[in-house]
Amino acid sequence: MASELLLFYLFAAITVAGAVAVIAQRNPVYSVMAIVGSFCGLSGLYVLLEAPFVAVVQIIIYAGAILVLFLFTVMLLNASREDGAEWDRTHPYYRPGPTRVGGVLAVLLLGQLVWAVTKIGGAGVGDLQPAASSVRLLGRVLFTDYMFAFEVTSILIIAGMVGAVVLAGKKGN
Amino acid sequence: MLDFVSSLFQPPNNWWVAYAALVGVLFLALQISAAVMVYFERKVAAWMQQRYGPWLVGPAGTLQPIADIVKLFFKEELQPKAADKLLFSLAPIISVATCFIAFAPVPFGATTTLFGWLDEPIALQVADVNVGVLVVFAIASLGVYGIVVAGWASNSKYSLLGGLRSSAQMISYELAYGMALATVVLLAGSMSFREIVDAQAGYFSYLALPTIPLPAFIPKWNVFAVFPFGLIAFLMFFTAGVAETNRAPFDFPEAEQELVAGYHTEYSSMRFAMFFMAEYINMVTVSAVAVNLFLGGWHGPFLPPEYGWIWFLIKLAVLLFIYLWLRWTLPRVRYDQLMSLGWKIMLPLATLNLLAVAAGVIAFGL
Amino acid sequence: MVPITYYLVLSGILFAIGTAGVFLRKNVITLLLSVELMLNAVNLSFVAFGRQFGTVDGQIITFFVMTVAAAEAAVGLAIVIALFRHRESLSPEAFTNLKW
Repeated sequence: MASELLLFYLFAAITVAGAVAVIAQRNPVYSVMAIVGSFCGLSGLYVLLEAPFVAVVQIIIYAGAILVLFLFTVMLLNASREDGAEWDRTHPYYRPGPTRVGGVLAVLLLGQLVWAVTKIGGAGVGDLQPAASSVRLLGRVLFTDYMFAFEVTSILIIAGMVGAVVLAGKKGN
Repeated sequence: MLDFVSSLFQPPNNWWVAYAALVGVLFLALQISAAVMVYFERKVAAWMQQRYGPWLVGPAGTLQPIADIVKLFFKEELQPKAADKLLFSLAPIISVATCFIAFAPVPFGATTTLFGWLDEPIALQVADVNVGVLVVFAIASLGVYGIVVAGWASNSKYSLLGGLRSSAQMISYELAYGMALATVVLLAGSMSFREIVDAQAGYFSYLALPTIPLPAFIPKWNVFAVFPFGLIAFLMFFTAGVAETNRAPFDFPEAEQELVAGYHTEYSSMRFAMFFMAEYINMVTVSAVAVNLFLGGWHGPFLPPEYGWIWFLIKLAVLLFIYLWLRWTLPRVRYDQLMSLGWKIMLPLATLNLLAVAAGVIAFGL
Repeated sequence: MVPITYYLVLSGILFAIGTAGVFLRKNVITLLLSVELMLNAVNLSFVAFGRQFGTVDGQIITFFVMTVAAAEAAVGLAIVIALFRHRESLSPEAFTNLKW
């Protein structure tokens, strides 16, 4: 019990530290690496939640595919730094106000979420149930109850693929 | 104190000693395997090119890897001025760490009591995870970051090109790799390595379809299952594995004729050695996974189960030899050929193959 | 057992960090990464709730979210590449031609 809480704090710290590192500096390559670390922490949390399949899929899909794609794009464009301060300050569209308001809004959102969650917790929703999560059961539910959603997902993927090819494809072809 | 030490070697405490020894031995063995593989790589290359290969250091050049390691230790650690310091040192660490972690769920022998020394049998495996197959896949897919980050952090165009190629190649071939894995999971009905291997014990009593009887001499390995679809899945898996480990003929990230040395152009000394070691350990991991998934793991005739690891090592050695054989006999394919092979041939074929095996499993309840 | 509120608070923190990233950063790629963070915060909530009710539905919705995230990343990055070709910049403020 105590060790589980300890592991929770460990993984939570990794996740939050990674997430903060994503937005706290200007180099997109560092951001991508930080989010990889953050998602590895999340994966550990999924293991704690007795969802090992989700944990592994999280690594395979996010870290192994989506974020490699991000890194690939960053390297392809060779835009290693966020467009520097000089661009920001000299450009007529540069407005510091909205971003700061946005930061304040994010903090407010956090406060609101934490408040709401602790309210629920106070109502005694309480402890977690022992999970029913074998891969077999997951597959059974996915291909029966969620069959329609699953099929629609394939259309979404096709649309995404076609969109990506059309948008990023060579001009003039 | 002495009592405490001796109690460690008595049941039930000695299980933990055995486990610690197992982890330590595996860790060392993986490192040594890299050195041994370097020696055999050079010897096999020499043999195929009708040369002698290393012969000066030790009998038949067997001490050559040690000489290489000593040389690498004493080389100067160079770092380009414009390199990204943090990521430049992080990249080789990512490479090596992921390739060691990836071996953790891979078993290499039956459960054993070490000839009655232990009360409880110990599994020859670091961690028996119930989604072990996917864990290896996941950790191995993290290994690409080592290469990509090395390519970017070196701040050199050759390195960057190597890293870009590597990321594109890994994403492309992971799909066929995953499809081949799914075929095995389908046949065994499990994602645990141990259950998959144990499902391959014994012999087939029929060929391809349950309706064609056959004397029992073909081992019940997945590579022979639903003939020829198991074999196709194995070939897919192995080809994708060669691409995933960046070995010739798919060694684009370090294509030395075009990119100097690809992603590790700017690396020297021990950092270079770490990339080098990671490449060979990845080969061992992919081969060990292939042995477990397709070639029956530690099951084989003649030997009692306690000696199953000998079968495992033999099969592993054969697959590793094929790796070397491919490298020294095949020219590198062109980059567009690599991509069209991955996307237009391997992926559709692996998907159709998966469907065929699924049909076989449903129709005959294999 | 770790109470579910811990996971929900963590999920809220992650979501807020993602939101802050969308507002604060001036790099389209980091914006997309922040959106990924928000999606993952929601995923964590889904899995935690699924665990609480002892069903697998939470985990299954996670798969759909991941699929959406993958499609979003593919299309989003394609748009980034197309925009970069025109403006040689990744700042969202460089792409304000339609803003009046």
